[in-house]
Amino acid sequence: MVFSPCPIRGNNLTMTELSPFEIEALLLSLKVGVAATVFSLPFAVLVAWVLSRLRFPGKFLLDGITHLPLVLPPVVIGYVLLVLFGKNGPVGGWLYDVFGITIAFTWKGAAVASAVVAFPLMVRAIRLSFDNVDIKLEQAARTLGAKPVSIFFTITLPLILPGLLSGAVLAFARSLGEFGATITFVSNIPGVTQTLPLALYSSIQSFDGEFIALRLVIISVVLSLAAMLASEFLSRKLAGYLE
Amino acid sequence: MNKQPQPFAIDVSCQKQLAGFSIDANFQAGGGITALFGRSGSGKTTIINMLAGLDQPDHGVVRIDGQEVFNAGENINIPPERRHIGYVFQEGLLFPHMTVVENLKYGARFHKKTGNETDFHNIVDLLQLGNILNRRPKSLSGGEKQRVAIGRAILKKPDLLLMDEPLASLDDGLKTEILKFIERLRDELSLAIVYVSHSMEEVIRLADTIILLDQGKTIAQGSVEEIMNNLDLWPYTGRHEAGAVFPVKVVGHDLKYGLTELAFAGGRLVVSKLEALPGSELRVRIRARDVTISLEKPNQTSVLNVFKGQITDIRSHDETPQCEVKVDIGVPVIVRITRKSLYNLSLETGKNVYLMIKSAAIDRHSMGLGGTRKRREF
Repeated sequence: MVFSPCPIRGNNLTMTELSPFEIEALLLSLKVGVAATVFSLPFAVLVAWVLSRLRFPGKFLLDGITHLPLVLPPVVIGYVLLVLFGKNGPVGGWLYDVFGITIAFTWKGAAVASAVVAFPLMVRAIRLSFDNVDIKLEQAARTLGAKPVSIFFTITLPLILPGLLSGAVLAFARSLGEFGATITFVSNIPGVTQTLPLALYSSIQSFDGEFIALRLVIISVVLSLAAMLASEFLSRKLAGYLE
Repeated sequence: MNKQPQPFAIDVSCQKQLAGFSIDANFQAGGGITALFGRSGSGKTTIINMLAGLDQPDHGVVRIDGQEVFNAGENINIPPERRHIGYVFQEGLLFPHMTVVENLKYGARFHKKTGNETDFHNIVDLLQLGNILNRRPKSLSGGEKQRVAIGRAILKKPDLLLMDEPLASLDDGLKTEILKFIERLRDELSLAIVYVSHSMEEVIRLADTIILLDQGKTIAQGSVEEIMNNLDLWPYTGRHEAGAVFPVKVVGHDLKYGLTELAFAGGRLVVSKLEALPGSELRVRIRARDVTISLEKPNQTSVLNVFKGQITDIRSHDETPQCEVKVDIGVPVIVRITRKSLYNLSLETGKNVYLMIKSAAIDRHSMGLGGTRKRREF
């Protein structure tokens, strides 16, 4: 493993060829983004459902906590995560003792940081789709003999699929761009926690790194555009038969 | 040993406080079609939702076919999915992410015993859904959607079908189409139906029993004839459309002049040609505004239907120019005349008069097929 922040200058590469350094950062970004999205999706659905459908005292508190990462400086989030998930932290220590899992300074930690920062965006999109589902369709399903759990999986979930998808893509895109919380929580270790934005940061810092920085910017733009186009295409396909 | 099964019955006696007004529902109904009739906002939908279990009363008891589905005192409240009901909503409410077949078979996922393939094909035939089975709700017309909604509800094989203004969102042509299908359900499947409506035309055409609602209260219940011929209930049944309802039998058609002759308890009635076979039994409504009164037998008149009868009741109010006179011609017929004519002819209860009924008074909007099937014995 190479620990130099910018091991390959890349000047000798063609425009269509990616250096091992770039491929490493790109794959790590994808891995972190996918893990963060997949891991937080069930929780986001649950919280969105609670916020959309239930009325209980203290609901504003849950709403506030969910939206907190949207307004907090990412460095604060990173530091709080470090305190909680560090090897001696209350959650990190427990995870290590019970499961032998280390979160801090690993790619898993990068995924946790991304998930926390992207969570409010995901919840908002999914909550909006829950709000738009006609409750009377669920009542119709009940009169046809479906229990609430079956109704959720056969009626509600399929109907919120477009919103679920756009929430997931939004969270994935936010993960790709995550910087502050990640660098605070898991540092900037090439091949371990150095995602695209962190690699970009390193190359800007290093002498003679502008060319690599430019290439990383292009990779980031292409990746984000591809994610958005894919989501647009899928939601149109889904919207075709909903309504 | 009496092996006869208990006749189907609904028994509702419950109250619920809502914002602005309260529901106080007390009625009993048997098989056949029971109409919950009242203006919009009279609580019809809340009451049908209480039968379905989608709304809970504050107090009281709801019984469907002998089973207590709700009892506030004993904390009984069977959830909608375990009540043996089918529900056709005003808006249809087809599942947009499923095809017509998937919508129709949705109920079968949760009831392994009900709805075999034969039933499925019978109902697809009955409702003429064969050509649209693989389409999605989005591409269906309003009438097709409502037929699928009806099919979906009855494929669950309910003991009781609830229909909440199933025709309200359809235009007139489609209304007539769907009415035919509902009549087929009633006649061919002999399904007990509770039908919510604010259209007297639909009620006269379909219902056996009317439950009259006003501001959340059940104010009267009875056969269509009893309710419609009761002058006291006219403020609730609708003054403009009001008229006597009685059963008739088709005698025959006069093809030369395009007329149909109907037999009733007071003689023969000649009306514009109706689409009904000789011998079939119908229910007709004679609107009060289509009947006129004469003191002497009119000899030279264009009116084909002249009947002698006796005045049995007069309702006159100083605030309206019209008044209602009930005349017995073998069946009670209600006539609307001006108060001025009432005075000029010095009409009073017990007096003999002649009634003239226009043959155009009865059209397809004022007849029902209420008497054509075997009614269940109670």
